[in-house]
Amino acid sequence: MTMLKSREAILTGAILLLLILIATRFPGFVAPANLMAVFNDTSPLMILALGQMVVILTRCIDLSVAANLALTGMICAMLNVAFPGLPVAVILIVALACGAVMGAVNGLLVWKLAIPPIVVTLGTMTIYRGIIFLLSDGAWINSHEMSPAFTGFPRTQILGLPVLGWLAILVTAGMALIMARTPMGRSFYAAGNNPHAAVYTGIDVGRAQFRAFVISGTLAGLAGYLWISRYAVAYVDIAGGFELDVVAACVIGGVSIAGGVGTVLGTILGALFLGVIKNALPVVDISPFWQLAISGAAILVAVTFNSRSGRTRGRIILKSVEKAT
Amino acid sequence: MNERSATAGQPVLALDAITKTFPGVKALDGVHLELHAGQVTALVGENGAGKSTVVKTLTGIYQPDGGRILMDGAEVSFPSAQAAADQGVTAIHQETVLFDELSVAENIFLGHAPRGRFGLIDTRAMSRKAQGLLDGIGAEINADVRLKDLGIASRHLVAIARALSVEARVVIMDEPTAALSQKEIEELYVLVEALKAQGKAILFISHKFDEIFRIADRWCVFRDGQFVGQGLMSDMDEKTLVRMMVGRSVDQVYPKRASVIGDEVLKVVGYCHPTEFDDIGFTLRKGEILGFYGLVGAGRSEFMQSLIGITNPSKGVARVEGDIKVIRSPADAVAAGIVYVPEDRGKQGAILDMPIFQNVTLPSLGQTSRSGFTRMAQEFALARQYVERLDLRAASLDTRVGALSGGNQQKVVIAKWLATRPKVIILDEPTKGIDIGSKAAVHDFMSELAAEGLSVIMVSSEIPEIMGMSDRVIVMREGRIAAQLEGEDLSPETLVRHAAGITDNARGKAA
Repeated sequence: MTMLKSREAILTGAILLLLILIATRFPGFVAPANLMAVFNDTSPLMILALGQMVVILTRCIDLSVAANLALTGMICAMLNVAFPGLPVAVILIVALACGAVMGAVNGLLVWKLAIPPIVVTLGTMTIYRGIIFLLSDGAWINSHEMSPAFTGFPRTQILGLPVLGWLAILVTAGMALIMARTPMGRSFYAAGNNPHAAVYTGIDVGRAQFRAFVISGTLAGLAGYLWISRYAVAYVDIAGGFELDVVAACVIGGVSIAGGVGTVLGTILGALFLGVIKNALPVVDISPFWQLAISGAAILVAVTFNSRSGRTRGRIILKSVEKAT
Repeated sequence: MNERSATAGQPVLALDAITKTFPGVKALDGVHLELHAGQVTALVGENGAGKSTVVKTLTGIYQPDGGRILMDGAEVSFPSAQAAADQGVTAIHQETVLFDELSVAENIFLGHAPRGRFGLIDTRAMSRKAQGLLDGIGAEINADVRLKDLGIASRHLVAIARALSVEARVVIMDEPTAALSQKEIEELYVLVEALKAQGKAILFISHKFDEIFRIADRWCVFRDGQFVGQGLMSDMDEKTLVRMMVGRSVDQVYPKRASVIGDEVLKVVGYCHPTEFDDIGFTLRKGEILGFYGLVGAGRSEFMQSLIGITNPSKGVARVEGDIKVIRSPADAVAAGIVYVPEDRGKQGAILDMPIFQNVTLPSLGQTSRSGFTRMAQEFALARQYVERLDLRAASLDTRVGALSGGNQQKVVIAKWLATRPKVIILDEPTKGIDIGSKAAVHDFMSELAAEGLSVIMVSSEIPEIMGMSDRVIVMREGRIAAQLEGEDLSPETLVRHAAGITDNARGKAA
């Protein structure tokens, strides 16, 4: 636990260092208003990464989140076009439900048919994108077709921060509560850290994985509406490849790809780290190639950290094995 | 009894006063062993007698601390597994490591494949040689098929072919029949005869007396890492062999307290499983320690896993305090008051990356939660209560379990189960692989639990432990209950007889 806490401290330090470096070249970047904008811009990543974190904790992976986001977004946009008077609350419920159903499909395939999660979600990722094409015939839905209430919701400012940012904070708080204080949250850690022991303890590992996928899907659905309404456009390839950013945020945030290790705080910091890089590099005039390379390097450094902490763990286990023989 | 050279003739391989010490345990204490060409030597001993250590010493995995290894009378050493193989010692292990996705020939020659031009593997020669080896042991297996397409028995033959693919003079078979069916065992006997005819010296490790008397020419007995004796099978009978194997007094080591045995707590009737066990029935009373003894593979753990809902029985009823309990998942078992501390505690016990208190409360979250939320104060209180009771010393309850020692990890697992306030606790090989001091502590604690009115089922393969701790013993053999023993009927000899299936009138060499 102390190891993880220090990892979060390191990440916080890295983000601060990054901000200081940027500030030396472009002081305007660290102005409160701009930092808030960066936070707001990173909100969808944070929401998706929290869902992904739960899935990775249970030794799975969800590659379909970006496709889920795009399909949910398209459904919301088409509903808005068909029924412009539909309140945003209804749209939100539809978005959450759509996302949850898509997550449940992933979860059921993993749980009941025992197909490896990477295969399941690679498949559903393509299927969900395909369904968008079927629904929209490949056509775009643009801002002028959407109602002002639909597109205005995520941008509405409360205390200077748009609703989008507030929702990210709300989701973070909710996930923190679930992970720390509910039997379900505990079961995610147990199922991923030692599935055998979890089974003996009375935890249904398959059900825990199913629930994780439903959470991930639901959050992807929420992000779907927010994304489409914020950018006021919906099309087949929206947020293409974004699932990799989501996984990267988790990994940078210290979520072990082997399962069972990771925290809400770490995941949020991982997402913010990527968010700062993404927003700062164009400002300080670094070419897009370097942006990708820096993101990639950050992931490698994070993974190295993970495997190093894993190695310490291994040594302790070996010592007891040695004693046992 | 120390007849060190029972027959004339130079042994192919001999151990002379070999000693091997591990921290806290003397695994081998001056043991002798002779293997002769064209003869099968059966190495007999209980669990913990040092058989596996001898195998590892002979195959270069362990280095002895003292004593000599002699081949044809000349002193040799096996500094590595490769060195042992180079000198013609090869072993077929209990659980052979083979590779599913490789062909049979590749499995046989992995690591020493015949090379062709440019140092590349000569696949054709490899396949041809592999086929030759397989034909030589009478295995009807095509060397080019992939291993995963073969059944268990065929895989075993592949393992044997692999062992023979080096020029072997000494073949070690470590419980080779444990995983085989009756027909496959017969085929293995034929193979052993063939190897004998080729003049190989064979070391055969087995718990099954019928097969020892059937195929062995010589015997050698170890007990607690010490040499008991060796000689010719023709001079030996089962009774004497059992006595040599177990002969020791057990009373003083075990702190079993007399506990008041009360009413019936658990009654199991007619538990069946299509492949693993049949018609298991017994009763367990309050405060009783019920031992389950049997050879490895007798179906004890399989039955226990079914009793706690990991697998489902095809038939059978379990009653706890008179009420029928339908147990289909471990959660059901916990609710019914039955908990299981598995044998493989590292793998099946604790969640290493979770702090101590969360491990302890994991199955009791219902107790410590209110309206769906866990309550930290209650969790800490519950964890502290049981951690203190088990005398677990750790910096804080927030310490990661992975940072604790093996013994303390085990305490966390036991605390976890006690916190559910069970009526029945099943301990599967509770002292396997732990040092003597910790063993005594576990036994002491087990006694204490029984004295407090908890009913304990102890699965153990160690005769002294079974003898010393149990109020009553159920012996299982081949998935069935072979005997229920208590009082005067309970002796090391009767345990071994029932577990190995020796009838009272069978005597001496069967053939």
